[in-house]
Amino acid sequence: MTGPNILKGRTWVWPDDVNTDIIIPFRFKARTNDPVEMAKYCMYGFDPEFYKKVRPGDLFVAGKNFGGGSSREQAPVAIKYSNVVAVVAESFARIFYRNCFAIGLPALEVPGISKQVKQFDEIEVNLQDWSVKTRDGGAHPALKVPEFLRGLMLEGGLVEFYKKHKSFLWEKLEAVPA
Amino acid sequence: MTVPLRPDILNDNSLTFAEKIISIRAEGGEKVHHPGEITVLPADMAMAQDSTGPLAIKVFGEMGVPKVWDPSRIHLVIDHTFPAADEKVANLHHLMRDFAKKHGVRLVEGSISHQHLLENHIVPGMVLFGADSHTCQAGAVGAFATGIGSSEMAAVWASGKLWVKVPESLKVNLTGQFKKGVYARDVISHFIGMVGEDGGNYRSIEWKGPAVKALSMASRACISNNSMECGCKLSVFEVDPATQEYFRSVNRKPMYEVHAGTKARYKDEYDIELDKLEPKVAEPGNVDKVKAVEEVEGTPIDEAFIGSSTNGRYEDLLVAAKVLKGHKINSGTRCIVTPASRLVFEQAIKEGLAEIFLQSGAVFTNATCGACVGTHLGVLGENEVCISSSPRNYVGRMGAITAKIYLSSPATAAASAIEGKIADPRRYL
Repeated sequence: MTGPNILKGRTWVWPDDVNTDIIIPFRFKARTNDPVEMAKYCMYGFDPEFYKKVRPGDLFVAGKNFGGGSSREQAPVAIKYSNVVAVVAESFARIFYRNCFAIGLPALEVPGISKQVKQFDEIEVNLQDWSVKTRDGGAHPALKVPEFLRGLMLEGGLVEFYKKHKSFLWEKLEAVPA
Repeated sequence: MTVPLRPDILNDNSLTFAEKIISIRAEGGEKVHHPGEITVLPADMAMAQDSTGPLAIKVFGEMGVPKVWDPSRIHLVIDHTFPAADEKVANLHHLMRDFAKKHGVRLVEGSISHQHLLENHIVPGMVLFGADSHTCQAGAVGAFATGIGSSEMAAVWASGKLWVKVPESLKVNLTGQFKKGVYARDVISHFIGMVGEDGGNYRSIEWKGPAVKALSMASRACISNNSMECGCKLSVFEVDPATQEYFRSVNRKPMYEVHAGTKARYKDEYDIELDKLEPKVAEPGNVDKVKAVEEVEGTPIDEAFIGSSTNGRYEDLLVAAKVLKGHKINSGTRCIVTPASRLVFEQAIKEGLAEIFLQSGAVFTNATCGACVGTHLGVLGENEVCISSSPRNYVGRMGAITAKIYLSSPATAAASAIEGKIADPRRYL
């Protein structure tokens, strides 16, 4: 089954604690404002040639605390403009996670997922029911996110949302219960 | 900005700092917010620097918002690569200057944002969103201060507010007194080693206990700043007589003094006895690989960096100067001293520290983030080893991805510069 809310692709599997300095070093991102250029340095800390190896539609699966460290939005931007369509991790660092939703990059928290997936396995991410299907057919629900955040991501992030609605969603958001 | 007085919430004995400050400041709310709830906070201040600001400016343009919500509350700070290291950086700096001129927002060049805001603008009880992870430094004076990314910053510029989730809180009880050669940086390194890189993720850390009152504002700022390295959302010292005295001395008036209730609920509580701490060093690659200095002593280094938003304040430079005085930097080693702000820079010159640095053979630079971010003033080459008082030792942080970074207090970095290898600072104090 495919569709706009089903993302099927090859995975890159990353370890725990992949920080934003690994995802895109400061010295490259401090010298450009062009997302396509940022993508050339994606995952540079692990493999400076990564940008030549990644293919459109690939996915990331990672261990705990993906995206720790710096607030640099260039990190999820570099991933998005590498045409990686979603990031699934056991957990995310706080600012990186917010940035993913803000730029419309699907980020799903699935405890235990990094043990279920091997490098280059095909997996399926379902943005509708917010889950991941692994190669063996196993379904892994992601931790729930507030509906307004999932909606923001599906609309493409803050820029697209504002262009369409001429407001930010939190202007109507009073309180979401825990 | 008029802010509602909510004595009922401020005096509620069952609430943490984070619950109180979010509840009293949350928009349109008449209720108490508990951990996990999401609400909207109006910003008193918004800050972006030269590696997040240009992207925020671009995003703001793409949104098509004609003007910012309140120019007087928006600060653009050129600090990470100041002055520009090359043409590409210079062009991004220009983008910030042009935006500042067009929208009338505040522009500062050549002081680290967190230090500049603390010296000039932050007051207890305010809400600060900063496009820089170490924004949490302002928790040192009891502000709500947290880091966000560029698109969210553009949205704050446009609307003056942002959604927040109420964090769970951790409480750290500090007791005892520092032994010789041990500083605030060793406390926070020890804590990060204890809880791990994500041990504070999504959490608000409250620093409490009898030892707090002896911590200077600079030491509190160091701890709040470096708390980011365990992922926290807030890292807070409540207002106490020392904070009040500081704000009297700089003639700024607190908005609120928020104190956690004595019956507040914490996710976890920790005790740290300062007397039991020794100088700490984090080994390369992860900030939570924290060891006692003895365990890594003797490791040869190519560079020692003393500076950054974590440890580039006057008290840090003073300790470094005390260690370096009468000594020479090892001939195979570079030692770079970079103050956190223009004010610190001027004070270091006025008080004779600059002379000590220069006589020892160290390089004393302008105020900037400098070597910490690996883009100018001390970039590491392949396989080089550095000991640094900056916050991060990640792969490629300060230059080549094969370079290795050890993290320590300024005293340990200075002692290591003298010996050309990682050294115990207590020999020089």
